[in-house]
Amino acid sequence: MFNHPTVPSSMRRFLLTLMALALVAAACGSDDASSSSEGDTSTDTAAETESEAEEPEPADADGEDTVEEEAMEETEAVTITLVTHDSFAVSEGILQTFTDETGISVELLSAGDAGEVVSRAVLSAGQPEGDVMFGIDNTFLQRGLDADLFVPHQSAALSDVPDELELDPEYRVTPIDVSDVCVNYWTDALPGDAPTSLDDLIDPANAASFVTENPESSSPGFAFLLATIVRYGEDGWEDYWQQLVDGGMSVTSGWSEAYYGEFIAGGGERALVTSYASSPPAEKIFADPPVDAPPTGVLEDSCFRQIEFAGILAGTEHPAEAGQLIDFMLSETFQADIPLNMFVYPANETVALPPEFVEFGPLTANPITMDPADIEAGRLDWTERWTNIVLR
Amino acid sequence: MMPRAVSSVVRVVTVLVPALFLGALVVWPLLSVFSRSLRGVDGARVLEILTRSSTRSVLTFTVTQALLSALLTLLVGLPIAHALARYDFKGRGVVRALVVVPFVLPTVVVAAALDAVFTRMALDLDRSLAAILAAHVFFNVAIVVRIVGGFWATLDRRDIEAAQVLGATPFRAFRLVALPVLLPIVLGAGLLVFLFSFTSFGVILILGGPARATLETEIHRYAIFRQEFDVAAVLAMVQLAIVVLLSVGSARFQRRFVNTGRGVARRRTVRPDTWGRRAHLTVVIALACVVIGVPIGALIESSLRTGGGYGLTHYRALLEPLPLLPVTAAEALMRSLRFGLAAAVLASIIGVIAAYGVVRGGRAGRVLEAISLVPLGVSAVTLGFGYLLAFTALDLRRSPWLIPVAHAVVGLPFVLASVVPALRAIDDRLHEAAAVLGARPSRISRLIDWPLIRRAVVTGSGFAFAISLGEFGATAFLSRSPSAFTAPLAIFRLLSQPGAALRGQALALSVVIGATVACLAAVLERLRGEEAVLL
Repeated sequence: MFNHPTVPSSMRRFLLTLMALALVAAACGSDDASSSSEGDTSTDTAAETESEAEEPEPADADGEDTVEEEAMEETEAVTITLVTHDSFAVSEGILQTFTDETGISVELLSAGDAGEVVSRAVLSAGQPEGDVMFGIDNTFLQRGLDADLFVPHQSAALSDVPDELELDPEYRVTPIDVSDVCVNYWTDALPGDAPTSLDDLIDPANAASFVTENPESSSPGFAFLLATIVRYGEDGWEDYWQQLVDGGMSVTSGWSEAYYGEFIAGGGERALVTSYASSPPAEKIFADPPVDAPPTGVLEDSCFRQIEFAGILAGTEHPAEAGQLIDFMLSETFQADIPLNMFVYPANETVALPPEFVEFGPLTANPITMDPADIEAGRLDWTERWTNIVLR
Repeated sequence: MMPRAVSSVVRVVTVLVPALFLGALVVWPLLSVFSRSLRGVDGARVLEILTRSSTRSVLTFTVTQALLSALLTLLVGLPIAHALARYDFKGRGVVRALVVVPFVLPTVVVAAALDAVFTRMALDLDRSLAAILAAHVFFNVAIVVRIVGGFWATLDRRDIEAAQVLGATPFRAFRLVALPVLLPIVLGAGLLVFLFSFTSFGVILILGGPARATLETEIHRYAIFRQEFDVAAVLAMVQLAIVVLLSVGSARFQRRFVNTGRGVARRRTVRPDTWGRRAHLTVVIALACVVIGVPIGALIESSLRTGGGYGLTHYRALLEPLPLLPVTAAEALMRSLRFGLAAAVLASIIGVIAAYGVVRGGRAGRVLEAISLVPLGVSAVTLGFGYLLAFTALDLRRSPWLIPVAHAVVGLPFVLASVVPALRAIDDRLHEAAAVLGARPSRISRLIDWPLIRRAVVTGSGFAFAISLGEFGATAFLSRSPSAFTAPLAIFRLLSQPGAALRGQALALSVVIGATVACLAAVLERLRGEEAVLL
């Protein structure tokens, strides 16, 4: 009975299968460790190719070896790491342009949303995960500055950037892109005329049709709260929110649940939602079926300006190369690529926008803004008070 | 049962290997994040955080919903597990494969599907506890069906029959004979469901709405939005304490029921050929359909909806490059599959070694078992930050290998939950007999243990694979290069922009992930092979 013939053979079969699987996995794993074997080049990612394409000959070693080999061949070759959030996207070949121009390769590293990236950087301050951070915005900026995350770098390309975007006089961070968080509406489903001011939003018909996001768990939600605080002041904003609540406003935890869950876009019933100035262009570009004009519009009076910055991470071994990357991020090549990849607007004002952005989603001329230091000073108090009004 | 010297070497190895693995990937990261977050924090501050009334109410809600989720999941899962183990019918494999699907679906997508179902059924569950529980049952029923069901199927019925012959009622026979064998594994599966619900994040935020908070969502809020790392760390330590308590309690309970052998044998299935059996099976299948089938159906339906009616447009689009994504969705899926494979292989190797350590390793084994559960019960953001801080020196934190390895860490408890009871149920007399007959220990494990635990290993590694595919928990907090861009990340990215086409593609990709895992479950079913025949 113990030497039942099928027992060992079935085990052998199983072990063989496991070993085969392990081999496949190992082979795949080494692909993922950023080697590009011949068979894999066709399916390689844009970014992988970019990050390695400094190699003139077909690559067959894995990434680290390549770096060492290159270091021996030409002493200047350096790879720097750009730490960013999950929404970072860039067209194929753009970073390659930078590598061609400078000989510096760029690796991308992302971990979560902008808030998570900032928390990670603060926790590991001094021992950064990379050389440059992109994606810290004006609502989190003060935190990054307080934690001494960045070393100064004054880019020559800043001459093409409007002064009001340069929030740090010490040049520890460089503005790369701009966007507006605005109330959007579904044009055909509004209860009445399209609202034209924040005041119109508390009209009970509009409030009942409005969905926004929890400022503690959503970046547009927080921006909208800041907009109301600027507009109605320390003494008035709570009253404004009370009227929204009384009118039947809804709050979700995140943007997706608001936009796709409760807003009409995803089959919901609400006609007003806190989103971005670039949402109507996206509704046009990713429409199904194609449309001539987006079904949504923007309440310009509600728009709060968000600016995303890049900075050289303190602790990097390559501050000069990191600075070159930041200069490149302000160049026309990179800036013109921004809108259709990340749905934000280039900080460099000489760069032309795609037609959909010009026609359906221009930035507001007079957005609501707040000083990053004031945002940081008020953050915890405001959101606690907000929670008491809206969620309790 | 083994020569003493050999047995003690084996004992040391089976404890040491998993201990090193868990030490490096669980204990060290947690120590790093706690020591960094609590730097300069005194006892008074910790006490103040612990005694806040908000801490208490959050803790109460967290435990309550997790407990209810576990009980409900058992309530729904056990009848399905039992019917699948008892009856031999066409479509059995399909049901077994389908229950795993929810496990790999992104929360955002499931929440939307459930929402659609609730709306269509005119149920007003918006932001209710019921909605949270429904989602947790949907996600976790696979744990009960597959882990308990896999074991149930090998339960020896002859003892029950013997009891009945001796005059016991069927119920009494079940209670006296089958229950002691099943209870430990039911408890083990229930514990896994509890921990999953305990650290559930997306379900609470999306279906529970912004007004509900659990320890998990609070830790995220304190660590990210408020950047009060000390509060986040103290709350994470509360989670840790609860996981350890539960794990120790459950291990103690399970050992009380340790059953000497006779637990494993071929379970004869019956065909549903009488009216009673057919009715029973129909009811159970209907239950499975409502709980799993309806939301999946709703998801498939919305993935097929295009601007002009229904069609495969969104599925075809998955093969096309899109500016938002660093790779096409199809390539991201291939990456996910590779990671899943690597994670499953690693989790089953470490898992089988660890299972021996848990069963034979005495106190060290018990500690091992408790630690293995920690990644399931401690907040994802805590462990993710732990990796960030722990691997700074070696710069391992950027290694693409860290991702499948971290997936394997989360998958490990599933391998243990299915293999440990199987090992415990092996009759020691078999080992003794083989040893007396002169078999070496290696030969004993190969000839006796292996056939009996093989099914359990496959079940457990299947879960490790599914966890990797679904990018559960902390693994979503690892930093990664675009070469590690996986399918769940592609779904999040697609759902982060307005546009009907993007939403359609996200749903289509979710369906493809679900279908992939269902197919693989069906293949694994074959790999599990014929059931062991012994004695």
